[in-house]
Order: sequence, then C-alpha cells, then structure tokens
Amino acid sequence: MEALLASVIGLLTAVGIYLMLRLRTFPVILGLTFLSYAVNIFIFVSGRLAVNAAPIIGTGDTYADPLPQALVLTAIVISFGMTAVIMIMAIGGYLSSGHDRIDLDAGDDGEAGQ
Amino acid sequence: MSLALIAVLPFLGALLPGLVIRAGRNACALATGAVTGLAFLLLVSHAPAVLRGEVIQTGIDWLPALGLNANLFLDGLGLLFAGLILGIGLLIILYARFYLAKADPMGQFYSYLLLFQGAMVGIVLSDNILLLLVFWELTSLSSFLLIGYWKHLPEGRQGARMALAVTGGGGLAMIAGMLILGNIAGSYDLTVILVQKDLIQSSDWYLPALILILLGAFTKSAQFPFHFWLPHAMAAPTPVSAYLHSATMVKAGLFLMARMWPVLAGTPEWFWIVSTTGLITMVMAAKIALFKDDLKALLAFSTVSHLGLVTMLLGFGTKAAATVAVFHIINHATFKATLFMTAGIVDHAVHTRDITRLGGLRRLMPITFGIALLASLSMAGIPPLNGFLSKELMLEEAAHTIWITPWAMGVLATIGALLSVAYSFRFLAHGFLGPVRQDYPQKPHDPGFGLWAAPGLLAVLVVVIGLFPMATAAWLVDVAASAVTASPVQVHIAHWHGLSVPALWMSLAAIGGGLVCLGAYPRLRAIWNAAPRPDAKRIFDGIVEPLAALSRLVTDGLHNGSFGRAVVLAVLAIAGAALWAFLGGSHAPGTRAVLPADPIVTGIWAILMIAALATPFLHRSRITALILTGVVGLLIAPLFMLFSAPDLALTQVSVEVVTILLMLLALHFLPKDTPAESPLPRRVRDGVIAGIAGVGIGALAYAMMTRGPAFTPISAFHLAQSKPGAGGTNAVNTIIVDFRGYDTFGEIIVLGIAALIIYALSESLLRNAEVTRRLAAQPRERESGDRHPMMLVVSTRVLLPMAMMVGVYIYLRGHNLPGGGFVAGLIFAIAYLMQYIASGYEWSQARQRFDHHVLIGWGVLIASLAGVGPWFFGLPFLTSGYQYVDLWPLEEFELASAAIFDLGVFLCVLGAVLLTLASLSRLALRTGERASTRAYDTEGHR
Repeated sequence: MEALLASVIGLLTAVGIYLMLRLRTFPVILGLTFLSYAVNIFIFVSGRLAVNAAPIIGTGDTYADPLPQALVLTAIVISFGMTAVIMIMAIGGYLSSGHDRIDLDAGDDGEAGQ
Repeated sequence: MSLALIAVLPFLGALLPGLVIRAGRNACALATGAVTGLAFLLLVSHAPAVLRGEVIQTGIDWLPALGLNANLFLDGLGLLFAGLILGIGLLIILYARFYLAKADPMGQFYSYLLLFQGAMVGIVLSDNILLLLVFWELTSLSSFLLIGYWKHLPEGRQGARMALAVTGGGGLAMIAGMLILGNIAGSYDLTVILVQKDLIQSSDWYLPALILILLGAFTKSAQFPFHFWLPHAMAAPTPVSAYLHSATMVKAGLFLMARMWPVLAGTPEWFWIVSTTGLITMVMAAKIALFKDDLKALLAFSTVSHLGLVTMLLGFGTKAAATVAVFHIINHATFKATLFMTAGIVDHAVHTRDITRLGGLRRLMPITFGIALLASLSMAGIPPLNGFLSKELMLEEAAHTIWITPWAMGVLATIGALLSVAYSFRFLAHGFLGPVRQDYPQKPHDPGFGLWAAPGLLAVLVVVIGLFPMATAAWLVDVAASAVTASPVQVHIAHWHGLSVPALWMSLAAIGGGLVCLGAYPRLRAIWNAAPRPDAKRIFDGIVEPLAALSRLVTDGLHNGSFGRAVVLAVLAIAGAALWAFLGGSHAPGTRAVLPADPIVTGIWAILMIAALATPFLHRSRITALILTGVVGLLIAPLFMLFSAPDLALTQVSVEVVTILLMLLALHFLPKDTPAESPLPRRVRDGVIAGIAGVGIGALAYAMMTRGPAFTPISAFHLAQSKPGAGGTNAVNTIIVDFRGYDTFGEIIVLGIAALIIYALSESLLRNAEVTRRLAAQPRERESGDRHPMMLVVSTRVLLPMAMMVGVYIYLRGHNLPGGGFVAGLIFAIAYLMQYIASGYEWSQARQRFDHHVLIGWGVLIASLAGVGPWFFGLPFLTSGYQYVDLWPLEEFELASAAIFDLGVFLCVLGAVLLTLASLSRLALRTGERASTRAYDTEGHR
C-alpha cells in the first residue's frame, strides 16, 4: 500500500505545481491547495503506515506514530487560513485591477515603486 | 537586579515619548529626561561600592546552551562610561528640547535616542560578550535611525546608510572575533575571559581574533582607514552629533579596546596595529580638520583625531598610557560635546555653519562665545583647562615610547598636538573673532537659556576639572583605569612637572606652531586646495555601487515579476539538489515490510487518482475544478481513517467542507472560467516540470515509507506519557494541548491573525470606490428561482442545535478519543455556515450576538489564561494538570486544565472561520444581493 500512497503524493504534487504555473489567480490557489494535500500526506506518512493502530492508549498493542498526526492536524487548519488569505488577496486584486492575471504586465519591469 | 534595570529602563522608556508627545513637547522632553535621570540615579547609587573597588554583578541565564547569558557587571570602566552616556544624555535631552524645530517629530526623536541610550548602556554593562554583540548591533541600528532622522534630506539618508554599512560590517567582523575569543577562553563571560591573558595570548588564534575584534572597534570609532563615515554622519541633527559622535557611540570602539585591554594588550602585534592606527588617525584627521569650513565637519575630524589619540595611548600597552587614555576620554567628552552644541547654537542663530561666512560673533553672541572659548582652548590644550592636563600626559607617554626610532613617536605626537592647536584656534578666530560682518544669513543673537544651559554646564566642568583634577576626576580615573589594566592605579595629575619634562617643551612647540599655522592659514589653504586628495565618499560609492548592481542583477534575473518563472526556478533548483543528493548515495531498495494492498484503499485510491488527474485537463471551468478538488480533499479523509489517524480524518472532512464553501463564495466575485492563454508548448513544459517534481516527491515518499526511521522517533515518550503525564488517552490530542501546547498556542494566534487580515483587507476593499463600482457592476448569474428553499431553511435550523451538541461532545471527548478543540470549532462553524447558506447572510447576522473578532480574542485570552495559570502555582507557562472527579450519579470523570486551553483553541478556530466567511459575505452584499428580512424568505425574487 506504500506504493499507492506514494503515487498519490506524487500526483497531487504534480497537479499542484502544474496549476500553480497557470497565469490566473484561481488555478494558482487550487494548485496551492493540491500542494497542501500532498505535503500533509507526506508528513503524515513520515510516521510510516499502520492499520488498526490509532494512537488511542488502551485500544491495542501497537500504536501509529502520534507526532506526525499532531503536526498535520494543525497544518490542515493553518492551510485553510493561508488559502483564505490568498483568496481575499486574489479577490481584491481582481476587483481593483479588473483582471486576475498573476504576472505583471509586459513593460512593467517588476520594480513597482522605484 | 537594579543593575539590569539601568540597562532596561531606556528601552522601556522608549515607549514613553511617543505617548507623552500628545501632552506637549515639554512633557515629552520631561518624560524622556525622567527615564534617563532615573537610570542615572540608579547608577549613582552603585557608585560608592564601585569606588571602593567592588564589582557588582547580576545575571539571568538566557540561552545557556549557547553560552549566551544576560549577565551584567559594573566595574570602574563601566561606571565611567555609563555615567558619561547617561549624564551627557540628560544634557542632550535638554538641549534637543530647544533645538528641534516645531515641524520635527519630537516623540520619534526621543524614542530613538532612548533606544540608542539603552543599547550603549547595555554595551558597557555587559558581562557576556555575546550579549555585548547584541547591544553593539543595536547601537548601529538605532544610530542609523538617528542619523537619518531628517528623512527629507538626501545627505541624511546617505550618511545614515554609510554609517550603517561601515559600522555594521565591522560589527560582523567583531562577532567572528568574539566567537574565536570565547572559544579560546572556554566561556563567553567577560569576567572569565579577562583573567586568561596567558592562555589567550599564547593561542594560535590570538592574531585572527585580535584583528577581527579591532576591525569592529576601529570602524565604530572611525579609525583610519574607516574614518570617512563620521563626517558624513554629521548630516544628523546636532544633538545627535553631540551625543553619538562625540560622547558615546564613537567611544564604543575605545571602550571595547579598553575592556579587552587586560587580555589583548601587551603583545607586539597589539602595539604595532593599535598604536600605529591611532597615530595615523590622530595626525591625518587633525590635518583635514584644519581645512574644513563646515563647523560640524571641523569638529567631526577633530573628534576622529582625538579618538586616534586615545587609541594610540591604549596601543602603547603600558599601564600609565592606559590611565592617560581614560582621563582623556573624560576630558574629550566634556569639551567636544560642548563644542558640538555650540556649533548647533551658531547654526540655529546665523543659519549657516560655514566658517567662511562667520566671524565677529564675539560681540553678537557673548554667552555662546564664552562657552566656545573655554571648550576650544581646552581642545587646544591650553593650561589650566582639562584638555591641557591629558594632552600633556599624552605627550609625556609618547616621548618615552619607541616606535621605529626613539624620537619618531614624540615628533609625530607633537605634530598632532600642533595641528589640534591650529584648528581649535581657527574655530575661535574665524568663527567668533574679527570684525562684525554685515552679510550673515540671519542676524546673530544669543539663544535662550534652555539652549545654552547644557553646553554651559559642560564648560563649567571643563574649567573645574582643569583647575582641580585631583578632586574632581582623579578618583574616577583611578577606578576606571584599575578596571582597564586589571591592577590598582593611583594617578597623580598636576599642572606643573618642572622644566626637565619633555612634554612641556613639546607642548610649547605645539602651541607656537599652531599659532604660526593660523597666521599662515591663507597660504596653507592654497597649498591644500592645490593638492589632490581622495574623496572617501566616491571610493565608498565606487565599491558599494557595483555590489548593489550585481545583487540587483541576480535578483532581477530570479524575480522578473513573473510568478511562474520563480516557481519553475525553485522547482528545478530543488529537483537538481535532490538529484545530486540521490546520485551521491546508495540505492539499495528499502527493507521495511510493506503492507498488503487492501481493496477499500485501492478503490479510494483509484477515484482519487482519477479526480486529481482530471483536474489539469478540466481546470478551465472553475466550478468543475473546484468540485474535483473537493473530491480529492474529501477522499483523503478516509485514507487518514484507514491508516490509523481518526483525528486527522475528522479534521480533514470539516476543513474540506469549509474550504470548498469559501472557494465557492470567492468564485462569486471572480471570472467563472480560466481563458486558454498558454500555448501548447508552454503547457507541455509546465507538465514536464510538474511531472519531474511529482515523480521526485513520490519516489522520496516511497523510499521513506519502505525504510525504518533513521533516528529513533521520540513518539514513544508521548505514547508512554499520554495517560500518566497528561491524563488523556488520545495521544494526538495530548500532544496538541499538552506536550506541544506552546506550538498550538502560536498556531491559533496565527490563525486569528489570518482571519483579521482577511477582515482588514475586505474592509479596505469596501472603502475603495473602484472596487465597489466593480462589485455593483458584477454580471448577475442566472439564479435559482427558489432563493431560500423552505426544505433547506427548516432542516438547517433543526440541525443547528444537533450539530452544536455533536460539537460539544467532540470537544469534551477530545482528550481521550478522537476529537478536540480544533474539530469542535470547525463543526460549530459549519453549523453556522449552514444558516448562512440556507437563510442568507443578513438574516443570520441579525441574529448573531457575538462578534467574530470577540470570539478570536476570547480564544487567545482563554488559552493564555490556561498558560499563565500555572505561574500562580510556581509552575512554568502552560503546565497542565488533571484530576479525577467522582460526582454522583455520574461516572467518574476527569477535569484537565488542558480542557481550558482546548476551549481557547475551539473559540479561536470558530471565530477565525466565521470571520473569514463573513468578510467575504459582506463583499457579496455589495453586488446587489438582496437581503432577506423575514424569518422565512421563501418566495422567488424574480
């Protein structure tokens, strides 16, 4: 089953990066979400896979590693906060400029304010 | 502890001026003065003990593992410098009150000044060299703010930048030197280092450490060849020049050399490097000072020259010379701060500091002239003023020092003194003497008492120390010099040493020569003007600008404004590094036993892969892409469940619901489709890059899962201690609220901040006219005729209390079974969001009693209370405790303090999620969304 999980991580990463390379805000945010999924699962499996071994003391003989789980639990919630912030930035950008392209326009040398 | 208070007071006090400035400028100056005055009094209260020869120590372990301890100590040298910093600081605060113009932000000025003062006091009181380095860098930073105080002046900004670059660079070198020194001595505590002279001087690393530390000291004290920054820093307001560039900051370098004197001095290397640098600086800067027309530039170079003098004396490495150095530090601080303040008064009154446009001020500004006369005669070394005493002692030391030849040092020191006489007299003669002119930019007049009080007081000191050195200064010199040389010093200062003393004749030669120089000034000036000389600023810019251009080239090459380009470069760089690491390692397959495939997992896997794979191809329809994302996210939850992570499964499901709702709401404002604008080659390129990353990560994950951990995981501790230590059987929850509670505390604060950012951004968007116009002009999509379907409205309202009950249950059981504050908060949030969906934002908002912000605030507050509470039992922050309670007729249950913390988590998560979605909903109202007003707004709206 390790191969199945590894392929999921790989595919989610690839999809995430592909979407992040699009030129509009919405797909970039979706890409970021995919990448978060991949990273969260990656951290989770760093505790190695185990079945029927939930880390609830007293329910079995062996337990899955609880530490990566605790890390990922908070990471899931934080990635929601991050996605939400970027989302409002995307909305703000779109509403104030009238387009949702992420790159600066041609001719703009990328040093706004100088 | 009051020793620590001396160092901490200015930092705390730095908050005051900004607040008190509302009560007026006098109150502001008074508050600042009170802070400094209090610190000064504290210092004075320690003085008797220090004068008895005691060393006062205090300290707390800060990062003992790094050897970085907040240890402070006060000995004679520290007393002298801290006294100078705080005492002259008081006078500068008074002077600045009357110097700063109405338009200058005074609160800011005093805040910066106190920050600087705190950093300086920190340097001179530090017992730990790492702590000293921290304060050292703080002086560089705070002086940057002070030099650049007049932000509108380009010279101010450039001068500040140059000072920061030079002193900051020196500071970096010094860090390296101090680390080496600490390594040799085996401790970073000065009191330990200072007694290990033999060990340090016999070490192979002595010379590198010496050079690096001296680099820091020389740059700070503007010694040749780093002297060029000080005159440019004169763009600062005069109180800053008087404080930083005469009395304190530039003396930090001297302080450091004096502090390290017991262990670093006495070797030939020390003698040659330090005394030669000091000598060159003294003579060269004095020569430049003679030909400067700006009063402050003249004083700046004379300061450099006098700093050189002290450096040279320290470099001699003898006890007598070091004692003279200490005495001259005191004298220089008194007369030079006076002169700077006088220059500021002239500038204020005449509106120019150009000496060629001055002259004749003696009659027009008699008080100022009197003060300037005393101070500059002292600087020239005319008896019986204090400058004479230390200069005479210096010449005596120089005459007995063999440098290359027996007489070279004496001759050069005399030339330095001669030039010093010449520029001091020029300051007086060309500035104040001579006929009254008719063409001053503004008619000169003496200032009010407030402005001349501070220099006046210092001028009195100049005379008093000059007349009665044994009574007024010798005791301070004794303790300070004893600390510098680490041996008892009994100094005897006198005006007359008899005719056989070489210093007398050297002194007379200097005064005579100085007068000749002044007489022949026009001719000398012509020679000076004709001679070529390097422009330090041009050289500095010549070095800095290519470096800046290079870094700009690199930065622009990596970030040209295209996000995609940056991502591609990052992915390729990471993949390249991974490949390089992979090729360098062994490639045996993993040996860890693999789990056999399970049909349920395989089924989930298949759907997940199909949904993920379809996304890149279908993503241009954003709704479709969002649905596919939702499918992927929701399918991850059962995977967590099946691989023994029920807590993660619960969290993933609830977060996924909230995220998809958020994105749906966002899509309301954004275009519904992504246009096809990438050509096929670009899409292929992106696909290949994404594929490389995916294969790499997948392979890495597989390699990791098929191997055991490289280091023994620390989880065994958490599993073993979960029940006995934290009182809960859910190890994941106990880690979150107990073992790693501090991390979680930070995380909920981050989440709260994120929600507040979203609120603030949406708020500012609503204020933007362009945005509201675009919102109102949003194309209306075809909407469902049934706006708030009856079935949905009724069922969500019925579900609300049930969902809440589930939430409470999940929260309560979290410590022992899957659940907890995070999940409970999300469940509550979803229960509310259902109302938003079914009954509309306005309807729900009107029935809401608590502000979302308040929930976040309470959440953080309650979590903090759970953290602070243990303090009252003498336990560290966030220590948790638990107790089993047997309350009839209930079963025995557990009360854990972690539950309070988890309640904070719960509230914070709930508030953050609701605030986020409410912020977006508020935007939606501007699109012409009609609010429902009645309880059941069921009729179609079109």
